Amino acid sequence: MQAQVARTSIGISRLHDGRRLLRAVLPALSLALIILAIWALNPRAISYFGLTLMLSLAVPVALATVGQMMVMAVNDLDLSIGSFVGLVGCVTATWLRDEPVIGVLILVGLVLAYMLVGALIHLRNLPSIVVTLGMFFVWQGLAILVLPKPGGHAPDWLHGLMAVKTPWVPFPIVAALVIGIVAYVGLMRTSYGVILRGAGGNPVAVSRAGWSLLRGKMIMFGLAGFCGVLAGMALIGLTTSADANLANGYTLLSIAGVILGGGEFVGGRVSPIGAVIGALTLTLAGSLLNFMHISPDWQVAGQGAILIVVLAARTLINRAGVSA
Amino acid sequence: MSQSPVVIQVEGVAKSFGAVRALDGVDLAIATHECVGLIGHNGAGKSTLMHVLAGTLTPDRAAIQVNGDAQPGYGIELAHKLGIRCVFQELSLCPNLTVAENARILHSALRGFGWRRRAGALIKAKLDEVFPGHGLSADAVVSDLAIGQRQMIEIARAFTVTSEPLRLVILDEPTSSLDGHTAAQLFAFIRRSVEAGLSCILISHLLGEILGTSDRVVVMRDGRVVTSGPTASFDRNKLVAAMGGAEAHAAAITAAAPSTGPVRVRIRPKRQPDGRELVAREGEVIGLAGLAGHGQTDLLLAVFDAAGRKSGQRKSGQAEVTEPVALVAGDRQSDGVFPLWSIAENIGVGSLKNLRRGLLISEAAEDELAAQWQKRINIRTPDMRHSILSLSGGNQQKALFARALGSDARIVLMDDPMRGVDIGTKLDVYDLVRGEARAGRTFLWYTTEMDELSYCDRVYVFRNGVIAADLMRSEVSEDSVIGASFAEVG
Repeated sequence: MQAQVARTSIGISRLHDGRRLLRAVLPALSLALIILAIWALNPRAISYFGLTLMLSLAVPVALATVGQMMVMAVNDLDLSIGSFVGLVGCVTATWLRDEPVIGVLILVGLVLAYMLVGALIHLRNLPSIVVTLGMFFVWQGLAILVLPKPGGHAPDWLHGLMAVKTPWVPFPIVAALVIGIVAYVGLMRTSYGVILRGAGGNPVAVSRAGWSLLRGKMIMFGLAGFCGVLAGMALIGLTTSADANLANGYTLLSIAGVILGGGEFVGGRVSPIGAVIGALTLTLAGSLLNFMHISPDWQVAGQGAILIVVLAARTLINRAGVSA
Repeated sequence: MSQSPVVIQVEGVAKSFGAVRALDGVDLAIATHECVGLIGHNGAGKSTLMHVLAGTLTPDRAAIQVNGDAQPGYGIELAHKLGIRCVFQELSLCPNLTVAENARILHSALRGFGWRRRAGALIKAKLDEVFPGHGLSADAVVSDLAIGQRQMIEIARAFTVTSEPLRLVILDEPTSSLDGHTAAQLFAFIRRSVEAGLSCILISHLLGEILGTSDRVVVMRDGRVVTSGPTASFDRNKLVAAMGGAEAHAAAITAAAPSTGPVRVRIRPKRQPDGRELVAREGEVIGLAGLAGHGQTDLLLAVFDAAGRKSGQRKSGQAEVTEPVALVAGDRQSDGVFPLWSIAENIGVGSLKNLRRGLLISEAAEDELAAQWQKRINIRTPDMRHSILSLSGGNQQKALFARALGSDARIVLMDDPMRGVDIGTKLDVYDLVRGEARAGRTFLWYTTEMDELSYCDRVYVFRNGVIAADLMRSEVSEDSVIGASFAEVG
């Protein structure tokens, strides 16, 4: 009897492993499909220079997506990341270039502000959607104060950094790999990362084990702010000048990236590598539509369609797992 | 026992939630080498007291001593440091993490290089010790595991030791999701641990578990300790009397003639190799027995799904269901209550069609339905418009029964709903079930408790997802059910 029970549970866990594997490779699969489609339409695009061009904007998007993932890991949603990246861009193109010390202080202050938002959400038990929606307009207003009309200049060192030519593999891919691996090790492999993810999975259990949920939430929001700062700087390094509304679309893009990469809105289920892959997929989707001679006006709709297809595939995998 | 040193001693613990006095001056002392059985009705204050001991709840007033030292500012961290752990009634594992990662959450010492391997080895070793032959992997993600397996992990985790000492483990309804075999493994382990110098507090509604495992019994009622003494001086009837509950009665049901009413449910389990099928007629109470997780819940869900399809299409699969169905879920936290709704709304949601006046739901009708069921099933609350979470676990379960029985469903499916419910509530519900059955309702009742099978007209014993035995009421006994649950196919 006992052996039988053990055998069945091993069988069940194998089944789960298979399903989990399928779910885990789904983001990579969708990325591969997009690359394949681009290659079919225009084989020369899949080259060092082609990929560098197509993926150049993927670096800030990937950073913003990883930031969003930190917040989603603790069951919150950050609607303000888009205008926050825009604000950081404006600060980067003005203060950071002209008065580096003040510029750095402002950016550090912005990360601290993000931590305070996290603390506020936890202590007052407020819905993060409402608080961060409010913050979206706060950041946007500040950005307009910093840079009333489009302009400014990226610091030369930053521009140089983003234009770096790495050997063999295009720089955006190297950068995406580094971002993904750092986030993966930090959140998925370290012993404190477990606590942070656990706070998303079952906050009561984590606090009963003696951990501070306030601290966890502040750290996660702080990390989101830090990623947002990096995203804003990377974006300005690429565009060389700033605009207060430059990155408003990043809010939805980052949420879509996390979901595309296998993350979920609640329950602490996130995947850093998947999130980065999701960001790359969404960026390349724009290029694919270009190659298909579809007007850029349809780009957002195209990204949405990809999101729906991938989510449908994930649901099918889950359902197959339930009925098996 | 009196010469053993005292591990923890509390005096005059008081705690109120709003107007409800959960604890009203409790004194309790636990010695080393001692397993204390704690029993009492729902709402007697057991769980609240355990939360105070575990440091997760700050009492309004208390004097707490651990190892003879007064502990002002007693809380979660101090409790951990002093080696006091609790397995809470509602499971507290993180479903998105692996078994090893859940072990890490309890131990701040599991850090630095190689922590994952150490955490996995720690929990695996303890699982092997408590539940030999468990078949669980430290890398399994908790959400993939069945509720019984999760409970095993949570129990084993509470007994793991790293840098902090372990003195007292509180087990609040530890066997609610375990089958008989694993429960026996747990109690054997508790006895071994207590011999080795550990202390335990065991809360259970199964009096047999308390009488078989504990050294001393403490009975609580209305937020106070009413009786306490060596286990040997109690028996089942005495315990029930001390709890102030209904008289212990030996499930004496007048043998009703076998029902000849119309067939309400006819279903064959998916993998049933032979022609056996489950048949439930009008007015029958059908028991589903066997070890936990052997296909009983799947069968109930299959019946539920079949009823959800439009009549005429009901032949799909092997299920035939002729009347509307209601389900009383077993895992009330995840499948039962709507946590943001009031008690009345939680009851009324099963009968929305009848509560409708024009396009809207009539609050008056909802209140009336709620008030009627509060009286019938004795839900203990000052106001049915309070949040469902203000109720104790057993009273929440009563509200779920009211939802099912208050609806117009003629078939009621019960997925082991009496888990962790006190005996007074149980007896209330048993009477209600028999009464409703006499009035023509049909019940399909999955239960892990042997006593409950004696309320059934017919019992189907499940093994590995199929019907292994089909027992008439007169044939139902502990031996026959256990025999059918364990016998090899053939």
